[in-house]
Amino acid sequence: MTITWDSVDVGTELPAQSFVLNRLDLIKYAGASGDFNIIHWSDRVATDVGLPGVIAHGMLTMAEAVRVITDWTGDPGSVVEYGVRFTRPVPVPDTDAGATLEVSGKVTAKNDDGTVSVTLSASCDGQTVLAKAVARVRLS
Amino acid sequence: MPLNPDFVGRTYPAGEPYLVSRERIRAFADAIGDTNPAHRDVSAAQALGYADIVAPPTFAIVLALRASTQVAHDPELGLDYTRVVHGEQRFAHVRPIVAGDTLVSVTTVESIREAAGNDMITTRVDISTTAGEPVCVAHSLLVSRGADA
Repeated sequence: MTITWDSVDVGTELPAQSFVLNRLDLIKYAGASGDFNIIHWSDRVATDVGLPGVIAHGMLTMAEAVRVITDWTGDPGSVVEYGVRFTRPVPVPDTDAGATLEVSGKVTAKNDDGTVSVTLSASCDGQTVLAKAVARVRLS
Repeated sequence: MPLNPDFVGRTYPAGEPYLVSRERIRAFADAIGDTNPAHRDVSAAQALGYADIVAPPTFAIVLALRASTQVAHDPELGLDYTRVVHGEQRFAHVRPIVAGDTLVSVTTVESIREAAGNDMITTRVDISTTAGEPVCVAHSLLVSRGADA
């Protein structure tokens, strides 16, 4: 099913998703992205610098959040612009459950160039972790 | 420790070109748990109109990070990387990155400021093909948390 520009309105909600992040996910992301900052894998260093413990890469949170959009359109290339502000770290405890990220999205503008603006909300333990999370998305 | 303000406006030339491989895109998609077949299967990507396997929208961070590391790890800048958290990130794609792209990234330091005891640096990374085709512009705000912050 293709999502078309004509078929959406300001206020259209995208299917919400939740994403589980555990320590293995952080290690895989470190390797895949090249971001080996120690605070994403060492509790010792993370707590030394005043964090509650190992935190997820902001970029991993950003990558998961936008899946609400790319899973909706089916086309990873539909995301023309995407920006976020990281408001709060996502601690990932060394447990089987890890951390859970809840993400929802809503169409907040229909643009004349055939794109729509989608604003994402992302939270962990009921606390917002991304602000100004907005993407411009090209629809057919 | 305040960051060296002389870095504002500095541009770092593109290093070695980065050849985007199918395996690298697959590994990135695996790491974020993205099951879209266009990240793995050439025919699925071609069905969407791409020449080859297409990268997730935030894959450009691989290029941006690699490029901006030159700045962040420059001892003259004075950034303590263990105290760095990511403040903001933005990508403007001219087109998606696909496997087979050979990309170069030019980094510019856009601003350095201090607020509430934290040091902040904004970098812009212009990603283009070696043929000169612009592909993506990535803006990053890094925050170095002060000892009291």
